[in-house]
Amino acid sequence: MTLKEIRLHGRGGQGAVTSTQVLAIAAFHDGKYSQAFPNFGVERTGAPVESYVRIDEKQVNLRQHVYDPDYVIVLDSSLFDSVDVTKGLQKNGLVIVNSDKSSKELKKKLGNVNVHAINITKIALDVIGKPFVNIASLGAFCALSNEVSLDALNKAIDELFIAKGKAAVAELNKKAAKAVAEGCK
Amino acid sequence: MKKVIEASQAIALGAKLCRPDVIPMYPITPQTHVVEDLASMINNGELDCAMIDVESEHSAASAMIGVVAAGSRCFTATASQGLFLMYEILPIISGMRFPGVMAVANRALSAPISIWNDHSDAVSARDQGWIQLWVESSQEALDAIIQGFLISEASNVQLPLMVNFDGFTLSHVFEPVDIPSQAEVDKFLPKFKPVYKLDVKKPMSFGPIGFPDSFMHFKKQQQDAMINALEVVKAVNSKFAKAFGRSYGDGLLDLYKMKDAEYAVIGMGTLCGTAKVAIDKLRAEGKKVGLIRIRCLRPFPEKELQKAIKGLKAAAVLDRHISLGQKGPLFTDIRSAIYCNDITINSYIAGLGGMDITVKHFEKVFKDLAQGKQKGEWLFD
Repeated sequence: MTLKEIRLHGRGGQGAVTSTQVLAIAAFHDGKYSQAFPNFGVERTGAPVESYVRIDEKQVNLRQHVYDPDYVIVLDSSLFDSVDVTKGLQKNGLVIVNSDKSSKELKKKLGNVNVHAINITKIALDVIGKPFVNIASLGAFCALSNEVSLDALNKAIDELFIAKGKAAVAELNKKAAKAVAEGCK
Repeated sequence: MKKVIEASQAIALGAKLCRPDVIPMYPITPQTHVVEDLASMINNGELDCAMIDVESEHSAASAMIGVVAAGSRCFTATASQGLFLMYEILPIISGMRFPGVMAVANRALSAPISIWNDHSDAVSARDQGWIQLWVESSQEALDAIIQGFLISEASNVQLPLMVNFDGFTLSHVFEPVDIPSQAEVDKFLPKFKPVYKLDVKKPMSFGPIGFPDSFMHFKKQQQDAMINALEVVKAVNSKFAKAFGRSYGDGLLDLYKMKDAEYAVIGMGTLCGTAKVAIDKLRAEGKKVGLIRIRCLRPFPEKELQKAIKGLKAAAVLDRHISLGQKGPLFTDIRSAIYCNDITINSYIAGLGGMDITVKHFEKVFKDLAQGKQKGEWLFD
């Protein structure tokens, strides 16, 4: 395996940073090296935010931003209007979008790139009862990329939330991530 | 135990494992997570330590004087303007020969206002008698705190020490970190035994006036202690390797692929990680390139640097700070250390105020070196 780079687009308050943190922990549980870091602006709720993950078999020394991602995850498709989410995407790269539109429809908008649309907000509302898509979206990443296992993701969710004494939140997020993963098949 | 944690948490855990008695704390971006984590450890009862919720960084540094004078181990952390608010106190702590460790999440200085990384805060404070370690990774950040107390408290050193870690570029990164056990650290770092302390049974004056006949003697002693620290940094790095199975070059310099290198870059902090990736790429193309990472800026490892550059055709220094009206301070230090060696040294100003330093930048720098001419001193995007 060579270095894999992931760029996650979200809005301030959606938990984009936590999402990449969980993904880095998950990759580590799969026996890989990982690194997650935000590209901080001065954070404001609703403003576009980016956060990155690197996964590799060897120690990650690279500290620059992610410019040529293998994967892009978009938590809010309304970002298309203000952010070039496919910028620098690798030729065989994949864009995972939380949207109520079909992959085909999004492809019209994003051009000739691999797009997978899934309505993560709906699944989160059904399972969690709130539109918390940051962790749930990782279910799609696990199912579509094969870079990180769903088992490792579950361990990572437990590690983060149980340490904070939020076991119930962990369960709901695991359930939502699983439902999103199944929805991608 | 290996875990994916934030570098700020690694710093906080490193500090906790050193069993500080008192932590005066004042938050400032991007250092805030460090003191938040420590405050929560104290609140949870995981860390038996007094926290002083001070009203400014000036007070945090002042509190450090009181804490160490009373014979206790002290840790604090700051960044940027916060370090500058401490400026009045920095030479007092070192001049009174008080050991202690401060983490600095390096951030640009205003104006214009910037919360992002460069090295202008701590590099500007290099002459204030603090030992300065500069780290590249979260693991090294944790390890340097532990090493830092042992260096700082060494009987022939007795000087405060700063652990510098890049704001955001490292402070907010999550990556795997091997967290040592308390028993391991207790074995490595003995309890703080102050040489002098405030004691009602043995009254003593601290920080009295230094008349013209004595002042210079105090400074000479500080300089001697700094020079002693060169060997202590090395010895502590070796001792750390034996105890934990990790070390960072010789403690002063960390060399990467330098054995047969013809061209090298020289820098500090996280930019060195990106440099390694560029070097691997260029090595695959057959280019003999390497990296000299300055891990200890003060005291400056002059002899070690002279040895490291032997065999090089040329080198480039990347400063994440500029001494306005001069060049980058790292460059001027290096040029002065190796002035008698017949080698070209290029100076670059890079990554100020959070501008990303990339593999492409290093490819350009190495191209300049190979061609024997420099196109531009400022590495803009």
